[in-house]
Amino acid sequence: MLAVEELHKVYDGRGRRVEAIGDLTFEVEAGSFVCVVGPSGCGKTTLLRCCAGLLAPTSGTVTLSGAPVTGPPEGLAVVFQEYGRSLFPWLRVADNVDLPLRAAGVAKATRRELVGEALGAVGLADAHRAYPWQLSGGMQQRVAIARAIAYQPRVLLLDEPFAAVDAQTRADLEDLIRDVWRRFGMTLLFVTHDIDEAVYLGQRVIMLTSSPTRVAEDLPIDLPDERDQLTTRGDPRFAELRGRVYAQIQKAKLEGRTT
Amino acid sequence: MRILLGVAGLLGFGALLELAPRVGLVSDRYAPPTSTILVTLAQRTGESRFWLAVADTLRTWLLGLLIAVALGVAVGIALGTVPVVRRATASTVEFLRPIPSVALIPLVVVLYGSTVTSTLVLVVYAAFWQVLVQVMHGVADVDPVARDTARTYGLGRLARVRYLVWPTALPYVVTGVRLAATVALILTITGELVIGSPGLGQEIATARTSGAVPAMYALTVVTGLLGVLANVATRAAERRVLHWHPSLRAEVAA
Amino acid sequence: MSGILARVGYALALPVVLVAVWWFASAGSTDFYFPPLSRIVAVFPDTWLSSRLADDVLPSLTRLGIGYGVALLAGVALGLAIGSNRVVAAVTEPLLEFLRAIPPPVLVPILILVAGIGDTMKVLVIVSGCLWPVLLNTVDGVRAVDPVLADTCRTYRVRGGRRWWHLVIRSASPRIVTGARQALSVGIILMVISEMFAASSGLGYAVIQFKDGFRIPQMWSGVILLGLLGVLLSVLFRIVEHRVLGWYHGSRDGPRER
Repeated sequence: MLAVEELHKVYDGRGRRVEAIGDLTFEVEAGSFVCVVGPSGCGKTTLLRCCAGLLAPTSGTVTLSGAPVTGPPEGLAVVFQEYGRSLFPWLRVADNVDLPLRAAGVAKATRRELVGEALGAVGLADAHRAYPWQLSGGMQQRVAIARAIAYQPRVLLLDEPFAAVDAQTRADLEDLIRDVWRRFGMTLLFVTHDIDEAVYLGQRVIMLTSSPTRVAEDLPIDLPDERDQLTTRGDPRFAELRGRVYAQIQKAKLEGRTT
Repeated sequence: MRILLGVAGLLGFGALLELAPRVGLVSDRYAPPTSTILVTLAQRTGESRFWLAVADTLRTWLLGLLIAVALGVAVGIALGTVPVVRRATASTVEFLRPIPSVALIPLVVVLYGSTVTSTLVLVVYAAFWQVLVQVMHGVADVDPVARDTARTYGLGRLARVRYLVWPTALPYVVTGVRLAATVALILTITGELVIGSPGLGQEIATARTSGAVPAMYALTVVTGLLGVLANVATRAAERRVLHWHPSLRAEVAA
Repeated sequence: MSGILARVGYALALPVVLVAVWWFASAGSTDFYFPPLSRIVAVFPDTWLSSRLADDVLPSLTRLGIGYGVALLAGVALGLAIGSNRVVAAVTEPLLEFLRAIPPPVLVPILILVAGIGDTMKVLVIVSGCLWPVLLNTVDGVRAVDPVLADTCRTYRVRGGRRWWHLVIRSASPRIVTGARQALSVGIILMVISEMFAASSGLGYAVIQFKDGFRIPQMWSGVILLGLLGVLLSVLFRIVEHRVLGWYHGSRDGPRER
């Protein structure tokens, strides 16, 4: 579905050369939920922007359903970390969700249905007419997720979407995103620096090294499909997987410091 | 690179104004080519009359600005530090500010004739509001916790103004001065042009009545250059005075 | 409701006091140049509400409206074109800084040469003064488009006219409004100045006529009318701004926890 091959990205600026991504190769199968974790500053956002076609890689390719990604491809949606800045403050919540559909030329009746369904799915059925800035941070991120859902993407990319909300809201939103994935069946690539979050959410966790970034390990998460905050996080297997990811990230950090 | 492009833009504009009358696009009676304007400008800068006019304009401008800033700061702090008075005057200031300064032109001409005083009144009136509004914003910006702290430690009204109100308001004052400087220069030259007090504006009026078209353009260019100089100088001064202020640091980082 | 009343009260209290002071202080004035306010008020209706309303006030306002409107449209259009292209912005920046720095009234003699002393000249004077604040603020506003929002438009493939309107123009609108406000006060000034030079009608022309004829109370009433006009237009502007930028003022007051 989404394939990253020998991806390499160097930022060149004023005599400073930063190798953000060394050499990345991995694949995300259709309909799967893959989490990417890595130490902070390891080029996670760069990877995501390359996948979204917002950034051209220095070398290597990203392909979506076999077609190379050179600009933002059709059928791909992104939820950004900065929810406050990714929503249009001059549009009401429903119009924010509606705008990409209008740009795509979807018929009015269908649009209304999609917007209503998406806002209902994120628990904001009564917030259609509010402005984004009238909502709390967690609710704003729900609007951004609703916009992604309504767009009916085959692939949904999320860039540390819950990094800026409080812990309880975060747990709610994690369950929401699992729910959305199971209900709408899209392919999900979820970038985070939170190890617990990655293990709790994903079917697979891809661990990255420090920059220049490589894949440190690709770990399948063999937890049952039905997950909830209490039992899953209490599961001994969860603790085991979590420990393994933690160790790997620590190792990556140390290596990053010595090189 | 940016500088080169900017210079290219200026040269291109100059070339356009040079060519337009040469190829007959516009009559050179109305729009003399750039070269003619520049030659006239060079001639003028050789005359003492020109430099006297520049000096007159600068003097009126600086004097007017000085009076406006002094008045604006004094009135702003006096009105701003008493909450009830501030509430009663803040909206009045918004109410009175849009009264256009040029409405006063006939008045000052009747009262003071074609003198520097007439122009000064206009300049001070227009620049005063710019300073006053900023100072009142600045005084209102004093941190309530800091204000209470100062009260608890028994600082008197004067000491509070000196150590609390003034430092908080300073960035606003500097912004006010920058805005006022631009407005004051415009009003100085406008006053000279319309009222006829000595300075560059009067020179332009004289050039117009005597039909010296290239001189008119040359002097207009000079007023533009003066304006640019005033902008650059006040912005540099603002940076010097406020190099520690977060708003400027953010600007540098961006 | 009482909040609004209190605000109106606070806004009007001081002007009312000032006018009252003027009224009583000038009541017995015999100074030729400072007539009693009561006399100025007495001549006001005869001076302005008669034929001058159609002959002087309306032509002035019409020219202001046309000049201001043209400057607004041209300023926003040029600002969008310049601001959205780095090279164009770099090429034009010093030139625009220079053109803006020329005091607009200085252009009156030049425009009289080019366009004569008719309505065209006066409208052109207003356009040439109002254009720069709008243009330069629009350029700044376009440059300040949030990169995350721009990325959002790219990923959701919002393009063309929809992108211009929903991303660029709306992002720049607070700055455009700031420019429009500055342009309005410049416009009023130029409306008056252009009529003081050479005209046969208009507010500025009428006031100068009174001055030259030493009809001092009438002249004062003209000064007051100009002041009222400035205040009125700025109030109108605020009402429009409140409608256009409701989202902006709301979002700057911070999010409400619900």
